[in-house]
Order: sequence, then C-alpha cells, then structure tokens
Amino acid sequence: MSDNRVFRCGPFSRQYAGRLPLVMLLCLLILLVIMLAALSAGDVSMPVPQTVRLLVQPDASAQSFILHELRLPRVALALLSGAGLGLAGLVMQLLVRNPLASPDTLGVTSGASVGALLWLSFFSVSFGTTLMPVAAMTGATCAVGLVFLLSWRCGLTPLRLILTGVGVSAIAGAVVTLILVFSPLTTTFSAWVWLSGSVYAATWEKVWRLLVIDLAALPLWLFSLRYLNALMLDDALATGLGVRVPLMRVLLLLGCVILSGGAIAMVGAMAFVGLIAPHLGRLVVRHGLFGQAFVTACGGGVMVVTADLLARTLFRPADLPAGIFVALVGAPFFLALLLRQRT
Amino acid sequence: MSLSTHKLNVSYSQQQVIHSLDLTLPVAKVCVLIGSNGCGKSTLLRAMARLQKPQSGTIILDGMDIHASSTAQVSRKLAILPQMPVPPEGISVRQLVSLGRFPYQTWLRQWSAEDEKQVDEALRLTSTDTLQHRPVDSLSGGQRQRVWIAMTLAQATDTLMLDEPTTYLDLAHQVEVLELLRSLNQTQGKTIIMVLHDLNLACRYADHLVAIRDGRIFAQGAPKEIMTEPLVNKVFNLQCRIIEDPFFHSPLCIPFPGALHADA
Amino acid sequence: MKARFLSCCSLLMLMMLLSVMSGSRFYPLAQVAEALFHTDPARVADTIIRTSRLPRTCLAMGVGAFLAVAGGLMQALTRNPVASPGLFGVNAGAALAIVMASSIFTLSIPWLTLLLAFFGASTVSMLVWFASRAGNGRHNPLRLVLAGVAITALCNAFTQAILIIDQETLDTMLFWLAGSLTGNDLPHIYAMLLPGTLLIVAACLFASQMNVLSAGDEIATGLGQNIVRVRLIASLLVVGLAGNAVALAGSIGFVGLMVPHIARQLFGSDLRLMLPACALLGALLLLAADIVARVIILPQEVPVGVMTALMGAPFFIVLAQRRVNNVR
Repeated sequence: MSDNRVFRCGPFSRQYAGRLPLVMLLCLLILLVIMLAALSAGDVSMPVPQTVRLLVQPDASAQSFILHELRLPRVALALLSGAGLGLAGLVMQLLVRNPLASPDTLGVTSGASVGALLWLSFFSVSFGTTLMPVAAMTGATCAVGLVFLLSWRCGLTPLRLILTGVGVSAIAGAVVTLILVFSPLTTTFSAWVWLSGSVYAATWEKVWRLLVIDLAALPLWLFSLRYLNALMLDDALATGLGVRVPLMRVLLLLGCVILSGGAIAMVGAMAFVGLIAPHLGRLVVRHGLFGQAFVTACGGGVMVVTADLLARTLFRPADLPAGIFVALVGAPFFLALLLRQRT
Repeated sequence: MSLSTHKLNVSYSQQQVIHSLDLTLPVAKVCVLIGSNGCGKSTLLRAMARLQKPQSGTIILDGMDIHASSTAQVSRKLAILPQMPVPPEGISVRQLVSLGRFPYQTWLRQWSAEDEKQVDEALRLTSTDTLQHRPVDSLSGGQRQRVWIAMTLAQATDTLMLDEPTTYLDLAHQVEVLELLRSLNQTQGKTIIMVLHDLNLACRYADHLVAIRDGRIFAQGAPKEIMTEPLVNKVFNLQCRIIEDPFFHSPLCIPFPGALHADA
Repeated sequence: MKARFLSCCSLLMLMMLLSVMSGSRFYPLAQVAEALFHTDPARVADTIIRTSRLPRTCLAMGVGAFLAVAGGLMQALTRNPVASPGLFGVNAGAALAIVMASSIFTLSIPWLTLLLAFFGASTVSMLVWFASRAGNGRHNPLRLVLAGVAITALCNAFTQAILIIDQETLDTMLFWLAGSLTGNDLPHIYAMLLPGTLLIVAACLFASQMNVLSAGDEIATGLGQNIVRVRLIASLLVVGLAGNAVALAGSIGFVGLMVPHIARQLFGSDLRLMLPACALLGALLLLAADIVARVIILPQEVPVGVMTALMGAPFFIVLAQRRVNNVR
C-alpha cells in the first residue's frame, strides 16, 4: 500500500500513488476508444480509420459534415457534461461525507428543471429555446441558494444540507409537476425529454458555452479543492488544522453548483452520473484526490457518451434521450453498490 | 507561547456556561482541567482553541487576540484534538498523520521535505511508525489515540490541547497515552493542556491543575497544593479521603459513598 | 383528550360537508341534504352530488387515512421522525408497476391496478429496506433517506423511459402520476376503499405490539416479543396501506410525513391512540387539500399531490432543522 512517490521541483512538490500515471493513461485510452466508437457509429456508419482520417483532414463530403457538425459536438457535449456531473458528484460526496449524495441532493437538478420548464412552457413560444439554459441555471442557483439559506445557521453540516436539499427538491418537484400538467400539450413532450437528459441537437455553440462555464469555475476549484482533504475530518479537527470550514464548504459547493448546473442546463436533468461516477473514481483510486477526480471525470464522460451511443443506435430509427440509458446502465450498478455498502 | 483568557464568557445552547473567567496557562507544563460533568471544562478548552466563539472576553495567544489572527496562523501555534475524533473511512495511519501538515501546505507546496521529516518524526515519537501503512479503523483504541496524537504532533505546534484523550480507553491504554504526553512535554518542551475525567491520573500527570465549578475557576495550582478533601467535595460533590500515592507521591483520592447534595 | 377527539371529529364532519358542497358549482347545504335524503334522479345536482362529490369525498378521506396510518407505522417501525412511505419509494414503485403494465395492456379492471400497485410498492420498499441497512443490521436515518431518494429516482427514471417510448401513456398517466382524486372508477370506490379500511383496523389492533417495538430492539426482545415477525407484519401493513392509496389516487406525498407528527402532538405517542388519530387527521388533511386544489384555480384543478407537496415540504424542512438541532 505504500507505493507513494514524491515529485519535487523547486517550490512545487506533490505526493502521488505509484500507479497513478498508468491509471490515468488507461482512462484516457478507454475514453478515446469509446469516443471513436461513438463518432463512427450511427445512422451513417463509418469505419474507424475513415473517422480518424476525417477528423484530422475534414473535407467537403457528407460524412465529414455529419462527423464535424453533428457527431463531434454531440460527443463533446456528452463528454463535458458527464465529466462535470461526475466531478460535482465526487466533491459533494466527500464534502457531505456520504456516498449516496449527488448534485441532485442539493436541489440543483430540480431547481434547474423548474427554470427550464418554466421557460419552455411559457416563454419558448415567443423567445425560442436559446435562453433556456440560462433559465435552467437561474433555477438551479435559486434552489441551491434556498438550501444554503436554510442550512446556514448551523454552518452547513452534512445532515442539515441533505435533509434541506431533499425538502427543497420536493417543492421544486411539485412545481415541475404543476407546470407539466398545465403546460400546453405541444411542449409536454419536449419537457419530458428535457427531464430525462439528452444530448440531442447538440451544437458547437452549446459545447463552447459549457466549456466557458466549466473554465469559469476553474479558479474556484484550484483554490478550494485541496481543502477537501482536511474537510473529510470532523469540523472541529478541520478548524484545528486552520481551515475556515463554513467558507470552504460554501466555495466547494459553489463549484459543484456551477459545474453540475452548467451541465444540466445544456443537456437536461440527467440523473445518476453525479451519483455513480464518483464511486468508480474512488474504487479505482483509493486515496489521492487528484487521481480520484481524474478517474471520476473520465468515468462520467464515458458513461454519458456510451449511453448516448446506445440510445442512438439500439432503437433505430428512434433517437432516445441518453438520460434513460444512463439510468438503465447505472441502475443495476447502483443497486449492487448500495447492497454491498455496509458501513 | 503563552495562552490566557480575560473575562471570558461562553454560552452553549443559549445557556451561559463560562462566567467571566480569567486564566493564564503555564508555558511548557502539563496542565489539566478537572471538574464534574457539565461544569464547562470542555467548553472552556474549545473556546480557548477558537472552536467556539465566546460571548465576550478575550483569549490571548502569544500576545495577540486569538480571534484577530487567521485560523491558519493559529493552527501553526496550537493543535487541538477534540473528543471522539472519527477518521475518514479506510485511511491509513501515515495518511492521517500527514493531514497534520495541512497548515503548512499550499497549492504549490503539497509535500515538501519538511513535511516528510515532521511526519516521520511524529510517527517515531508516538511509536506508530511500525503501523504506518495500516488502516486506522483496524487499530486498537490506544493505538488509534496515539495516531491522533501523532497527527497533532505533525502540526509542529508548541501547544497541544486535548479534550478527554483517555475516555473510552482501558486503564493500560490510558496510562500509555498519558505517559506519551508527559514525555512530549519533557523532551520536546510542548505545553500540554487537557481535560481529564480520572482525578487520580490527573493528579499524577499534571504539573498544574485547574478545578472548574459552574463555569468558574474554583482553584488552580500544583496537585499537591490544591487537592484537598473540601475541594473534591465542593467541585465533584463527592466525599473522599486524600492520601499520598505510595509510589508516585501524587495526591490519591479515595472516594467514599455519600449522598449527593443538591445544594452544592 | 376526549374533547380533542370530539373536536377533530366535528371538524371532519364539517370538511365532509364542505367538500360535497364545493366544486365547479357550489351547492348550498339544503340542496345537499335534499340530494342525500330525498334523491330525485331527474335533478342534475343530485346526480353530481351522489355520483361525483360524495365518492370523491370518501376517496379523499380514505386515501388520507391510509397514508397517514402508513406514515405513523413507518415512523414507529424505523424510529425515524422523517420517515414516510413516499420518502421510501413506495409511491414511485407502485407508479412504476402501473405505468409498466398500462403500456403493455390497457388496465380496465380496477382490482388489477390495486394488485399491481401493491406489488410495485412492496418490491421497492424491500429494496430500500435492504439497501439502507448497516452491517450490524441497524438503520442509519441518513442512509434511509438517501437510499429512498435514490431508489425513487431510479423508479422515476424507468417510468420516464417508458413514458417517452410510449407517448400515449404519457398523456393519460400524467395527471394520475401527480396525484389525483378524480377517480375514474367511481362506482367501485367504496369497494376499493375496503382493503385499506380493514388494514387500518388491523393496524390499530396491532398498535400495542408496535408500542413495545418502539422502545428498542433489545428491550422488545427482552420483553419476549418476536421482533422479526412484528417488523414483517408492520411492513406489510405499511405497504398494503400505501399501495392501496397509490392505486386509487396516484402519488400523493407528505401526508404520511406530516400527519403522524400532528397526531403525536395532539394525542401523544401511544400508538393505540395515535394511529386512530392519524386516520382521523389524515382524512381531514387530505380533504382540506383536495378542497383547496379543486377551487383555487377554477375551473381547472390542481393535482392534489402537488398541493400536499407544496404544503408538506416546508413542514419537512422545518422538522429537519429542529431535529438536527436536537441531535447535534
């Protein structure tokens, strides 16, 4: 268990598990394979060598167009959103010290759903759907803000956060149901699809937007991520180690919200990624936050890309929402996890 | 590295627990807070370690108001081990002790040579270096407590505060832990401040005793000076006889059954 | 105590009358009396009152009572004040079973719906029960809540999947999924309320056993109780009651959470008193929620499940905050 290596270079120093570089390489390899498969398969199948060639040298053919304008943004969006949701889930689980937590627990998903559905049902007719992600983000922020406000007094302890999150999610869920029931029938189906989570009709614009949102959270992460190590101890111990516990909690949770809120705003209420990907990460990398984060992000990306691949190809010509398959793939895995987890 | 309080008032759950307390703790000595349940000794310790904000009054650490310094600065001068600490799941001894270096780490500098040296030293001093790769969950109570102390040692502070470090340990492990703390005081010159329940062990290991009653200091001083039957009666609501320990020459309290008075 | 019971009963009578009187058209008391005692088939009002309002009122009371008693049992069973059948996926499981079945064939036999709901509810609650057990067989309240939430999400995901693939079912099921008391099987309602009513009686008879169990596993065993059997019977009662409720009225949350607390405040923790009180108060509450849901946005109706969630979730949050303060 003690194959920790140390890397020092001037003031920069890090400790890491010996096999981490290998694990990271393996993850990237798996990711590459899945992405190539997703880019090649579909209504218009392409052999992989051709996909690779067209990626590097786009031409004017129909296949090149499909690859660059339809499939690539779709796969990129799936990857980014899966990675974001997975990372947000990892931080949440470590912060709340509970392996069953996810961004949904904080109310991010239900809040975003309220925002998105409100927009879809009442404004999309006049203003189109370009601003829908903004509405979703606003909804998510409001819901999480409410949870924070209600849990503030006792310093955002895990139990309080979870229970308040469940309550706020329930209210948001009721509002969502209300909107669904009273929205015009034309939008009910699109609302339902959004609620399942889908990368359908992904555009490069969406990809760039998500990337920008994720990068905006980067300074926050860089600053606050290492505090997570200390925050895994009791509050009193963490304070003793010089950590301003409430502040760091807020910053880390904010990072979670930005990452998961952005992802959900772009692809809809995709469940399970934020719950399961962190477990993959922690299974593969026992200790070491960076390694866990890396594997979680890759795992989340692989999950969504694979789910989308299956959703696109299994029931041809129907193009089902990827979120369904994430649940169908994730469900047995999650149950096995729950039954195995005994402490 | 002096620690003192001035007119300290602390409340807990809307009840005032510490009343206008002035206390100056001796440097490089082992100081033990004693008192009956609910007298406020744990609250006092936590307030002094800035874990709890006082209603009024000041706590001076090294000449500066503890609440005026950042919590990171304080963590380099003072280490606190709270009651019943819970280790993260599956963490190894070395990893837990390494967490003690947190106050000295930055985003760039996450494992300097100094960090490694301090962790190795902490493991050696607590005799846990042979256990360093085992998971903390698998250790016995005494071993686990030594690992927690190693973590506070790795923090490389002059002062160590411990809240009931021996509760839930059997007698052998209690003595083991207290011997360790005394040796740290004698060889490293660390100031040890702790809350203990066992009166006799407190008398044996303390250089300075502080007896707390109802949130106020009832008496303080060397055990031999302040340990008297009236003190035990007043502070602990207990009838007893005090004799001299035949081996260690510290005051030994022999409790007698007697009615607990409501008027104490 | 007797005074409280009486006042609750009279409040219930009042609500019943109000419920029969209110709706898309408001009927005065005299007309209601006429319809009930001197029925004239030719009068439209009489038909509406007898075939629509009255059954609906009975449905609301029945479902409210079932959910409340199930909640009271659940909280006693798990010794957890934030427990409710809905939080443990019972609703979601029953809904999933019904949606799955209705996408394969049309559910025309009301009793089939009842059975399916029971099946779905019991399967899911078993899953949650097992999933939230710690290694030594004890339950951690947090794990229970999270496992319930996670498995509910799971069931909802499957339900969503089916409803996307089968769009027709979506339109018909949507209102029901939200919790609706517009029972389509009105003629059979009185018969379908029967299983739940019998279960409530059984639960009240079982209450003394549950009292012993609430004291703690070790104490109960020490007093000679077979805790495994008691737990099993209690779980079956919970699932039966909640399943019956879901089958009749869709997914209505929070009644099972709120009412036991109110009952406990008013009538104490002795289950022999508390469970009947739950039934009474549950009927009262759901009836009140239904009246509001019916008239607040006339001529349309709010799904009653939405109403109870909007009323219940703030209550849940306040409860959680107070409880956490007490625990630490």
